[in-house]
Formats: sequence, C-alpha cells, structure tokens
Amino acid sequence: MTAVLCRHFGLKHIEIAEDIASDTFLKASEHWAINGIPQNPTAWLYTVAKNKTKDYLKNLSVFETKIKNEPTVNIQSENDIEFDNQIISDSQLAMIFAVCNPANSDEAQICLALQILCGFSIEEIANAFLTKSETIKKRLQRARINLRNDNFQIHSLNETEIKSRLDTVLKTLYLLFNEGYFSRTNNQLIRKDLCSEAVRLTLVLSENPLTDQPQTNALLALMCFQSSRLEARTNDKGEAILFDEQDKSLWDKSLIERGNYYLVNACTGNEVSKYHLEAGIAYWHTTPTDQNKWQHILQLYNQLILIEYSPITALNRTFAFAQVFGHLKAISEAEKLNLVESNYYHELLGFLYADTNIAKAIEHYEQAIKLTKSKPEKQTLLKQIERLKKVGR
Amino acid sequence: MKEFALIFRLKDIADFKPTPEQMQERMNWLAGIASQNKLVDKGNTLLPIAGSAKTVKPNNVVTDGAYTEIKEFISGYIVIKADTIDEAVEIAKANPIFDQVGGNIEVREVLKRD
Repeated sequence: MTAVLCRHFGLKHIEIAEDIASDTFLKASEHWAINGIPQNPTAWLYTVAKNKTKDYLKNLSVFETKIKNEPTVNIQSENDIEFDNQIISDSQLAMIFAVCNPANSDEAQICLALQILCGFSIEEIANAFLTKSETIKKRLQRARINLRNDNFQIHSLNETEIKSRLDTVLKTLYLLFNEGYFSRTNNQLIRKDLCSEAVRLTLVLSENPLTDQPQTNALLALMCFQSSRLEARTNDKGEAILFDEQDKSLWDKSLIERGNYYLVNACTGNEVSKYHLEAGIAYWHTTPTDQNKWQHILQLYNQLILIEYSPITALNRTFAFAQVFGHLKAISEAEKLNLVESNYYHELLGFLYADTNIAKAIEHYEQAIKLTKSKPEKQTLLKQIERLKKVGR
Repeated sequence: MKEFALIFRLKDIADFKPTPEQMQERMNWLAGIASQNKLVDKGNTLLPIAGSAKTVKPNNVVTDGAYTEIKEFISGYIVIKADTIDEAVEIAKANPIFDQVGGNIEVREVLKRD
C-alpha cells in the first residue's frame, strides 16, 4: 500500500504515504472490531486509503492556495489512485529499487527494506539485529535522508535504471536472507520471517520480465535450497545442529524442487554470477553423498573465491578441500589463510587437527571460544573439547 | 605488499592442453592463492597455436608461433601480491604444473607505470 501511494507522492514524501497507510490500518482495526471484518478486506483497505489520500490532497491544496501560494508537493493528483494487481506489483518493484540504494551501507539497506518493504516495526528490527531500538531508529533516519537526497524517481522505472541497479537490489535481498538464515538472534520466528520476506521480494523480481534475469533466478534457487533446511538446522532450544547431524527427513522436498526449477531457469546466457555458484553449492548439499560430491563443491568454491574474496568463502573452500584431499593436506592449506582473528578459522583448524593432534585441536577450539560472541556456539565448542579430552586419555 | 607477475612457460606445444584432472589441480592451486586474498589478477592464457601466435622481428620479419630461438613459449600469466619475492617464489613452487608437464615459472616484481 505504501508502495502504491509512494508512486503518487514521490519518494521525498514517503512519510505522508506511510502515514496514510498506517491511518488506514488503524481505522480498519477500529471499524472491524465493531462491525466485523468486511467481505473483501483488501478492497475495503484500498478504498479507505484512496479516500484518505483525496482528503489529504484537498487539505493540502487549500493550505497552499490560501497560505503559501506555491505548491510544495508535486503530486500527480490528476489521475486517480488505483490499486489493481498490476499496479501493486509494479509499485512494489519500484519501491524495492528505491530502497536498495547504494548510497546507504549494507546494514542500513537491510533495515530500510525491513521497515518499508516488509512493514517491520523498529522494535522488531532491533530484535533481529540484537541492537537497541534507539540505534536502529538513528540508522533509519540517516538512511531516509540519503534516500531523499538521492531523489530516485519512483514512478518512472525504465529499463536502463533497472539494469544498472539490479545488482544492488539482489545484493540487498541476499543480505536480508542471510540476516535471517545466519541470524544473530535465536528467535526462530524472526529468522523465518526474514527469510520468507526475502523470498517474497525476490519473487516480485522474478515476476517482471525486466528483472527476471538469470542471476535473479539463481538467487531464488539459493534461497529455496537454504530454506529447505530451516526446520532441520535448529533443535527445540534454538541450538544449531551441524549439517552432518541434521535429520534429513525434515528437509522440505517441495522447496528443493522449487530450487531446482529456478536453478534451471538461471542457466541461460553466459553469465555465471556468485549466486549461480552459491546455488550450485547449496544444490550439492541437498543431494546424498556420492563420491564426487565434494569434488564438485570444491570446484564451485574455487570459482566463487576467484570472483570475490571473503574470509568465510576461503574457510568454506578449505573445508571442502579437506573433504576431497583429507584433513592432513588441508591443515597447511588452512594455516596459510592466517585468519587468526576469526573464530571460524580456529574452529576449522580444531576440526582438522582432531584426528591427528588432540592438543593442537583443543588449543584451537579454546581460541575459538575466546573469539565467538554466540553462547550456543560456545556450548557446542565446549562439548567438542570434552569429547577430545576423553579420546585423549 | 608488493605485486609479482608469475609467467608460465612450457616446453612442448603438446603439453598446452591440460586434461580435466590437470585443469582441476591448477584451479585448486589458483583458488588457494585467492583464498589467502593474495590474487591480484587471475591473468589469462596466451594461445601458442598456429593462427593465434606470431612473432614480429626487425625488418618486417614475421614468423609463425610463439617462440623465437629456443623452443619454449609463454602459456599464461597471473599477478599475485606478497610481502617478499621469496614468498612469491614459495607460492609458485606449489604449482602443480611441475608434476604435470614440467616447464618453468618466472617470478617478476611489478613496477607500476602510474
């Protein structure tokens, strides 16, 4: 709703659009509580929003002609606001493109997306990021100023703009999904919400021919494969379950099939994006272990690290290397990474040393415990050390 | 950190086309460098075959092929970063090409023109 209204007001006046939208929902909650839910709640909401907008514009023009003599808000008031499905989906697309603005930092973009595109409250966002509401509020304020200054034209998305910004948009949605998937919070509900919102927005992209690009499909495939394991990844207490110990019957087969479908769609053209490679890796993780599985995964990680270096990719690649060439060879490969500040680096080395040098393995696990901030992770690592000490005796 | 070009040379055109297994080993080596965040440029392969390689000499003399006097040719290059040339040499030593087909790798510090 905010998206459609914004189309009329322009992004500069997003607050007005948001006010009208939230007024509409407020009225709905009052009205519905007394009179019951109307037959067509969606149509009801849109009619109210439309009327509120007309009222607002009337007041504004009175204010402007009588007091100011100059129009401050340039609004396309001549054409009536319509809420049909086509316009809703176009407006959503335009909003996604407006919000995913490289002028803002990655974190700010995710916060904005959550607030504007997903309708999360500041408290909900703060919970997801494990930060204070005040911090999120400030971050959002700054981000909104940046958006306004950039003056992105929301109603006239043309092909060149879409093409040039699609990378940023995909990256934001990718980060949004990861925020849910590898979330700092243990709250399962928030995590699932973040993931499904990211999927929903990426689906909007896949429904428009302009944004239905191979890399969009690759990202969707990646999200489907990852989502298929959401249920299996944590136990009742919210503790992470390692991949090898997951109950594979909890994996969502229909999501894996969706993933396969989008992965096939992604394989047109010559471009291999990092989403293709990550989706490829996630695909292999959904298959039973055949003898070449890790060989394929290693090759995909090789290509991924050549496109873009990141410490996590480097560590994951080394894990795949260990599966193919054995732990001993992987130790020297891992030590070359020299990521001594990373708890994952020490976890990997602890894991690799575990069958040959228990003292070294424990040393690395202890280092990892010092570096990690996550409590469940500390627990898991302590258990590993206990286990190793028993074996060592 | 300094930058170094690693220039690959082979002795026999027949060695130029690697098998899929050899290709994988080379990729593992290259990705290992990238994993240390020491790959500056993954470089390119330089085709030595007829129609793709000529040598231009003084007095408008042009010969076919990638080599002039000795029968050795450059097959490609990459650029890495390292603190010292010794470190760059250690990285080069681990290249699987020596076990696969032989040849050599020249390590040269890059002096930026700008």
